[in-house]
Amino acid sequence: MEYAFWVAAFTSIFAFGGWLAELSSFFSNRHLILTEIAWLGLFALSLDLILGYAGIISLGHAAFFGLGSYAAALFAKHAIINEPVLALIVSGCIAALLGFATSFLVLRGADLTRLMVTLGIALIMREIANQLPDLTGGADGLQGVTIAPVLGMFAFDIFGHVAYVYCLAVLFLLARRIVYSPFGLSLRAVKGNPLRSSLIGMSINSRLIAIYTLAAFYAGVAGALLAQTTAFASLDVFSFERSADLLLVLIIGGAGYLYGGLIGAVIFKLMQDWIANLTPQYWQFWIGLVLVLIVLIGRERIGLWFAMARSLAARALHSSDKSGASLLREQRNELHHASRWNGDIDHRSEARRSGGDH
Amino acid sequence: MLTILFDGIAYGMLLFVLACGLSVTLGVMNFVNLAHGAFAMAGGYITLVLVNRAGVPFFAGLPIAFVATAIIGAVFERTLYVHVYNGTPLDQVLFTIGLVFMSVAAVDYVMGSQQVFIQIPSVLQGRFELFGIGIGRYRLLIIIVCGVLAVALQLILSGTRFGSRLRASVDDARVARGLGIDVNRVFALTFAVGSGLAGLGGALGAEILGLDPTFPLKYMVYFLIVVTVGGTSSITGPFLASLLIGIADVAGKYYVPKFGAFVIYTIMIVLLILRPQGLFARASSR
Repeated sequence: MEYAFWVAAFTSIFAFGGWLAELSSFFSNRHLILTEIAWLGLFALSLDLILGYAGIISLGHAAFFGLGSYAAALFAKHAIINEPVLALIVSGCIAALLGFATSFLVLRGADLTRLMVTLGIALIMREIANQLPDLTGGADGLQGVTIAPVLGMFAFDIFGHVAYVYCLAVLFLLARRIVYSPFGLSLRAVKGNPLRSSLIGMSINSRLIAIYTLAAFYAGVAGALLAQTTAFASLDVFSFERSADLLLVLIIGGAGYLYGGLIGAVIFKLMQDWIANLTPQYWQFWIGLVLVLIVLIGRERIGLWFAMARSLAARALHSSDKSGASLLREQRNELHHASRWNGDIDHRSEARRSGGDH
Repeated sequence: MLTILFDGIAYGMLLFVLACGLSVTLGVMNFVNLAHGAFAMAGGYITLVLVNRAGVPFFAGLPIAFVATAIIGAVFERTLYVHVYNGTPLDQVLFTIGLVFMSVAAVDYVMGSQQVFIQIPSVLQGRFELFGIGIGRYRLLIIIVCGVLAVALQLILSGTRFGSRLRASVDDARVARGLGIDVNRVFALTFAVGSGLAGLGGALGAEILGLDPTFPLKYMVYFLIVVTVGGTSSITGPFLASLLIGIADVAGKYYVPKFGAFVIYTIMIVLLILRPQGLFARASSR
């Protein structure tokens, strides 16, 4: 399953493979959309780290994204750090600092308080950027940014953009390493049942602080990617819509198994591109409709459909004797056993994995 | 100085009428309704169409806005919200954000994206001096209307049978159900009234807050602040919280315009850190 995903991803980028030729030509015609998918995927991945693995709902993840974005743009504009990759990492670290500082606020209170605090932090960041026009250009945005070649070798054209896909791959592998480490597993335990985890001797708060800081780093890098590829940073990077869209991206792809952010980013960008072509001004309506439908149909059920479709395809290939109906029944029973809030995301990823293994 | 206080009180009262419905939804069903502002916007635009285009008098437009928004709220509650009550907080947030996006785009499509104003009668325009305080007539009207509403709500809540059912449901919905109270019906009615109040607030506030399609997004934060700071266990909590926030916001924007917007967010975060359960929350057993 995992290998298949990467093979598909890389073939679509480098235009290898016969049946993917059409898809890849689609992407190479729109290489801008590819870089957008890169930063959006990374951004969604960072939300997945805290939402899917630690269960923290955030409405203000754009705070870190925006900080990273402005940091990268300022580094390039004032020639403080010319090397884009280094600037990317430093911007991420700055966002991580903010993440560390605000994680203590997020630890307090339950879901609603968290929503409010994260939202408030993003709004404050936006106000700060708005009120410092000398530094950030205020409402006009930060202009006149020129980005040096990546590693001093690749100029900032399509090849420079491709370098960012490598960057994404490295960060993805790092995140994968982290969530499958004992630390990542203990995070899932904390999310599943905080009381029990503390009873077996886990320090909950330090784990949540660590993952929140890490997620802020990833979001900062994603923001820096945006600033470097567009050579621009504006107040828009802090907007509430950005945080809300991000939730949609992650939910489309599915939270809690890392690939969700990347898959969601691809689907979201293609969908946005398509809808914006149909109705440039009112595409937000359709985004909202998708959100409402996803919730009304139920995330579990959509996940189940996907898992079922995959299983059926696999069964058809292996010509097994088990019928689709009995499979459906089996998976439904499984679903009933999974507890709701703690279980749904985990269950979904389980279903995906077990579906892929057949 | 006192003029600012007066304006702040008017602003706070308005916030209270806008947000009190939200505090009940949150208290009874533990439901995070980020789309509350959309109902306020609906009320504002209904009044706008009635007053500016159909020539209905302003004072008749307000009750119509209340009733119309309450009906819209009831319909939405019965058809859509009812499916999400048992959902996770994440589902609720996604669902209501989706509704906000849809309402913003829909109003943009129907009414256009520019800011609009409701024509208010000339009686309400201008301001007069009273003991050296500059009093805007329109703001005085807001204070009177909202004050009457607040007192009426408090009386209904504390004096009537429906009020005691509602309080029981807020305190512990499970036990209330056990006692034979139809919590769902109580809630549906409260949701409708809360939406209606939001619609009325939107109609009243169009003059002060401005009315454009992004209204639900712009003021969502304010409603949430009122509710989180005021708590959901009573009506006095949100009331005092709204007054506090209204005065702080107006004073902040007047005295330190450069940091105007910070004041309110900083107050919110500091309060939430000190009192995560809300400023006026009782010691809860849950």
